Amino acid sequence: MTEFTPIASFIGGALIGLSAVLLLALEGRIAGISGIASRLFPPTDSHFQERLAFILGLVLSPALVEAVTGEPVLQAVSSNYPLLVVAGLLVGFGAVLGGGCTSGHGVCGLSRLSPRSIVATLVFMLTAFVTVYIVRHVIGG
Amino acid sequence: MPVIVNLLLGLLFGVGLIVSGMANPAKVLNFLDVFGTWDPSLAFVMGGAVLVAFIGFRFVLARGRPVFDTAFHLPTKRDIDNPLVLGAALFGIGWGLGGFCPGPAFASLGVGATGTYVFVPAMLVGMWAARRVGR
Repeated sequence: MTEFTPIASFIGGALIGLSAVLLLALEGRIAGISGIASRLFPPTDSHFQERLAFILGLVLSPALVEAVTGEPVLQAVSSNYPLLVVAGLLVGFGAVLGGGCTSGHGVCGLSRLSPRSIVATLVFMLTAFVTVYIVRHVIGG
Repeated sequence: MPVIVNLLLGLLFGVGLIVSGMANPAKVLNFLDVFGTWDPSLAFVMGGAVLVAFIGFRFVLARGRPVFDTAFHLPTKRDIDNPLVLGAALFGIGWGLGGFCPGPAFASLGVGATGTYVFVPAMLVGMWAARRVGR
């Protein structure tokens, strides 16, 4: 079980949205994490340093949260490493093939009412729900 | 200047992921487990993010150009094609298996769970492979 946290989740979501709005306002680019990360290699693009800096900001964010709150960031990551390899390959390959992930399609695309992003978001939500159902209630049940 | 801006916006994005609970795979998997230990919190993450972006994007795009560039770089593809649907389907399966999507996975590098250091390299290989296929 994890605790239902509607207020913290809404505030966190709003911060994500604010970051996306500011990135568009300042740099004119969409805050899609898979797009930002996958364009780092090969590092030929003119925005290489900016993209790397954004990813570095993500990596440093837990340290900032811990410094401000004085508490460690809690998370539970699977220790089934073969499963995580398969999951990582699918997430990386699928996000780039599909032109976006939860941030690019899910947040930015939906906010722009992009038909492609609406379809992508519906599809990945559906396959994610079905995957968890199978893992937890068919195989694991 | 844009490098610092991107660093700060990445930090802001990551703080949002952590505060929202999105950086915790257990919470993501429980959100996806509607018929089990369902935790609907992540619907509020989406709600908060889309609400701010929906309103904010309109104001930003009405300005005509971004502050540090001459034009906006928005996606130009319009067609709903096979790579879009297949890619999204595979992405969803991977997301449902690990509870990680790309943003939270990068942010989690700074938290230090061993599983993150397994997931992220695999994700980068997947991204690299898809870029090669796409060329």
